[in-house]
Amino acid sequence: MAVTEIKNLTMNFGPQHPAAHGVLRLVLEMDGEIVERADPHIGLLHRGTEKLIEHKTYLQSVPYFDRLDYVSPMCQEHAFALAVETLLEIKAPLRGQYIRVLFSEITRILNHLLNISAFALDVGAMTPLLWWFEEREVLMEFYERVSGARLHSAYFRPGGVHRDMPAGMAEDIMEFVERFPAMIDDVEHLLTENRIFKQRTVDIGVATPEQAMDWGFSGPMLRGSGVAWDLRKAEPYDVYEKMDFDIPIGKNGDCYDRYLIRLEEMRQSLRIMKQCLEQMPEGPVRSTDPKISPPRRAEMKTSMEALIHHFKLYTEGYHVEPGETYNAVEAPKGEFGVYVVSDGTNKPYRCKIRAPGFAFLQATDFLGKGYMLADVVAIIGSMDIVFGEIDR
Amino acid sequence: MNETLQDLGEYLRGAMPDAVEAVSQEHDQLVLICKRNQIAAFLTYLRDDSSCLFKVLIDICGVDFPERDQRFEVVYHLQSLRLNQRIRVKVICGENDIVPSVTSVFSSANWYERETWDFYGIMFSDHPDLRRLLTDYGFDGHPLRKDFPLTGHVEVRYDEEQKRVVYEPVKLTQAFRSFDFMSPWEGTDYVLPGDEKAEDAAEGGS
Repeated sequence: MAVTEIKNLTMNFGPQHPAAHGVLRLVLEMDGEIVERADPHIGLLHRGTEKLIEHKTYLQSVPYFDRLDYVSPMCQEHAFALAVETLLEIKAPLRGQYIRVLFSEITRILNHLLNISAFALDVGAMTPLLWWFEEREVLMEFYERVSGARLHSAYFRPGGVHRDMPAGMAEDIMEFVERFPAMIDDVEHLLTENRIFKQRTVDIGVATPEQAMDWGFSGPMLRGSGVAWDLRKAEPYDVYEKMDFDIPIGKNGDCYDRYLIRLEEMRQSLRIMKQCLEQMPEGPVRSTDPKISPPRRAEMKTSMEALIHHFKLYTEGYHVEPGETYNAVEAPKGEFGVYVVSDGTNKPYRCKIRAPGFAFLQATDFLGKGYMLADVVAIIGSMDIVFGEIDR
Repeated sequence: MNETLQDLGEYLRGAMPDAVEAVSQEHDQLVLICKRNQIAAFLTYLRDDSSCLFKVLIDICGVDFPERDQRFEVVYHLQSLRLNQRIRVKVICGENDIVPSVTSVFSSANWYERETWDFYGIMFSDHPDLRRLLTDYGFDGHPLRKDFPLTGHVEVRYDEEQKRVVYEPVKLTQAFRSFDFMSPWEGTDYVLPGDEKAEDAAEGGS
């Protein structure tokens, strides 16, 4: 009998594919329908954020962080704000810290709403996306009311937040917190025990705890593998140490566990939001140091000094003592960190952005090897990939 | 000054005296400077030693200081879930130096080192796949070096006649202006247009 040689097929996936979650180009080496090797090509959305930040003042750098992971903007501003605060050796006032935690959790829900529903869409369930996008709109209205922008809010600034919440907003958020669990239940009924959904996700893309740490996973990807680790508990920043909440941990490290964790995290976020609203004190929302935070508009009409401060802060900006710091927050996707090197001028000398998705995506080869092509789509969906932060 | 971190730093200096060159703290974060050829051994020690267990490599990045003799720093951030500690390890290297790769110690180092090579042109030896990562296919230069212009060198557009994307030198309708907003009393470096020679004359005279 003649020996037939079977050659592996190299297949190009993306960069314009709905299941690639943006501009991912995967070069897949296929043996039939089994993936032998996956080589992600990234950088199609590279905008040189780090280089641009080196040429901007500290305040002007803030909006770039919204544009990294554009699904969870405020958490990234949070990391940058904390890093600059460390370098300046200041702390945000208590009310400012509460607002930041409150909006970080709103952001987490915002992110998980998109991720879970898009993931479900990838594996064949369309309804959650339609239901939850409406809820996302409600949350983005909160963004808009507090900062004026639905997505790119530039709301968390070094020293606190830009301005206080408008009157009546706390009540509206509280009403949302009361109402929203029913929406989570609705989607849970559709997905969690759904036979097709489970067939597509259970035991797909498994990572053991050791492997997860070796590949630098964080957030739900690390917790899905059964590692009890959350920066909100391990290195509490702002007022997280005053909050009472639980961290869901997975068992098997597969796509299904990651989905369950994100679902539970939304419920925990609601708990944190409720506590924030109940405990939030009155007071200033940003640093009262006039050399760092700009004066109020009304003050500028009468005070010469306020006018000078305003002018200086919005042109020259503030100077930051030479030094360096790495600060990380538990962003919805995982550990989002900023490494800032300051040389004493008004601009960061170096600003390295550590994005959680970057570490996840480079593990595509390791997670996807030996699975079917359709499983690679499920794995990428469960990683929570957003190209804004990976390509930077 | 954090005592625990200080103890940890001293412990590491004692354990690997060949590798650790300096121990310091900045804003309560431990910073170690490691010898270049020892970095892989040192990170292996940090990962495996029972009193460290820095099992997660958070990040690798480069920093450029063109005025120094050895212009680059390669910065490694590690995290220990067991101790709940972070550590920053730095390696100093020049433009033509080669840093040993740590991909054999941490799998996640692969892309971080590719990115560092892409942005700064720092070479890593024994890296399995040291290609460019984030810049364009066929990109020339290392964009995060301080001597690389912010505007870059080439721009692309779709050419209707050739029916493809073409690369052209950057044309700016308005020159990129980097305003110096530093206070004139606190060390600005103004160059008055037409006055460049004044400084040369002053330097030549002295």
